[in-house]
Amino acid sequence: MSVVTEFETGPRATNPVARSDRVFGTLTFAAAVVVLLTLLGVFVSLAMGAWPAFQKFGIGFLYTAKWNPVTDKFGALAPLYGTVVTSVIAMLIAVPVGLGIAIFLTETCPRILRRPLGIAIELLAGIPSIIYGIWGLFVFAPFMQSVVQPALIDTLGQVPLIGTLFSGAPYGIGMLTAGLILAMMVLPFIASLARDIFLTVPDMLRESAYGLGMTRWEVNRHIVIPHVRTALVGGIMLSLGRALGETMAVTFVIGNAHRISASILQPGTTISAAIANEFTEATTPLYTASLIALGLVLFILTFIVLAAAQYMLRRMKQKSGV
Amino acid sequence: MASMTRRKTVNAVMMTLSTGAAGLGLFVLAVILIHLVAKGAGALNLAVFTQDTPSPMEAGGLRNAIVGSLVMSAIAVAIGTPIGILAGTYMAEYGRFSKLTKLIRFVNDILLSAPSIIVGLFVYQLLVVSLGHFSALAGAVALAILVIPIVVRTTEDMLLLVPDQLREAGLAMGAPRWVVIRTIAYKAARAGMVTGVLLAIARISGETAPLLFTALSNNFFSLNLTQPMASLPITIFQFALSPYDNWQALAWAGALLITVAVLALSIIARLVTSRKEKA
Repeated sequence: MSVVTEFETGPRATNPVARSDRVFGTLTFAAAVVVLLTLLGVFVSLAMGAWPAFQKFGIGFLYTAKWNPVTDKFGALAPLYGTVVTSVIAMLIAVPVGLGIAIFLTETCPRILRRPLGIAIELLAGIPSIIYGIWGLFVFAPFMQSVVQPALIDTLGQVPLIGTLFSGAPYGIGMLTAGLILAMMVLPFIASLARDIFLTVPDMLRESAYGLGMTRWEVNRHIVIPHVRTALVGGIMLSLGRALGETMAVTFVIGNAHRISASILQPGTTISAAIANEFTEATTPLYTASLIALGLVLFILTFIVLAAAQYMLRRMKQKSGV
Repeated sequence: MASMTRRKTVNAVMMTLSTGAAGLGLFVLAVILIHLVAKGAGALNLAVFTQDTPSPMEAGGLRNAIVGSLVMSAIAVAIGTPIGILAGTYMAEYGRFSKLTKLIRFVNDILLSAPSIIVGLFVYQLLVVSLGHFSALAGAVALAILVIPIVVRTTEDMLLLVPDQLREAGLAMGAPRWVVIRTIAYKAARAGMVTGVLLAIARISGETAPLLFTALSNNFFSLNLTQPMASLPITIFQFALSPYDNWQALAWAGALLITVAVLALSIIARLVTSRKEKA
């Protein structure tokens, strides 16, 4: 209660007015603690639920690729691999395109279009992931199967070394498709975040650079981006956090196969897709515990990424606050 | 220093690429929306709103799923909004300079972006395992956990924008702190706080992952909070992955309904704040 005492008003603390103030203050304090307890609760409940799996498989759970519900043997490597690969594909595409959109919106775009386009992108960032999932399943995966994947197999698939990345039959669904859908989903998020960050650069800096005769690209490359680098990396990590934990956009098109294929055209699975697909069908307690253990791994992974993102974004706020 | 022509060429190439990126991005997103409207609108009819989810290859609608989503979202908002507003009030008013507030801000931002399927697992452990069965209430609690961080964030941000002079004027007139907060700070920050709640509703109305193993789903109309309840996102998920044409069509109709609802809520949320800015 020591926190509450700081807004008691001395000798009047016992009168009804001060008492109601104290009640309200305590209420707000309690609600604030609920927020803390939620995160703690998530961690504790996942750790407890995952305990049987870690007890049985030890730390080897993290680097075992076997996932066999029949023999009750489980390892996290395949979903972990799929999570990382799909997220990397998504970020490789969404980051440059998103930054391109942000530069377009802050530099090239005609002034009257800037606000409506900016708003449109922000609105798109709010569209639920299941929409991207259903579109991916019915429209994008068939397109990948009939057009994109055969083309990739015939061209890049024939190149030595990187050819294995694009080998195999065109299934339509698979890790590349999932990565591309993820890219489309985080694209508006990255673009609007990057635009907001670019807008924090003082106009005077831009104007001085232009005054020195720099071209538009040079201003962005050498002045704008370096000025906001930390925040930009923070924003990208925030998007990575989203991509890592995204469930519905991926589950529809990943193929849900617990295996590690060298080819990104093959079906795979991710942590969130495995949980979403298998949780209600888990037949043994160890199966359920293993899925919760997957959840714990994902939670820790995203926690680290998000914490780093916050640290970087906060540094920008402090800097621009000066 | 590179030659002028070279610099100009690099500039032209890079600016074209960025314009191309914008064009590509907007094109892809437009394609998604066009498909959604085309496929969804074709499947929309009155029966979607008046009939319950059908068996394969029979006529039916999404009534139970729509009602289920509304019920669970309403409960989630009813639980999440007061907690969120009170916690935000603590951070901006009573505990503005405390270390606890810094910690909560960090934790809240983590919760804001944490994978929603993790929230589903948490509530499964908390309410499904302990009570022994899936329930609409568990689904609503999972959604409430997604509502809280959004409301906390907007409440704190909006309250911090209220000038301290207003508070000081109220206190100087002898009003106790909580009266000042209620009648002055909340009033000044109201538009932003309403926006936060609307955005939270928009966020949860499309959330699927937290409901998968909390509310589960239900093929029948149900208002019983202790039993599994259908919801639009889960129904879309199940129907889209089925091999039946009529189920897939209903999934598209549901997807269109959710998108329209989310876009409408986000636009209203924007209008609420922009009207306030003009005033």
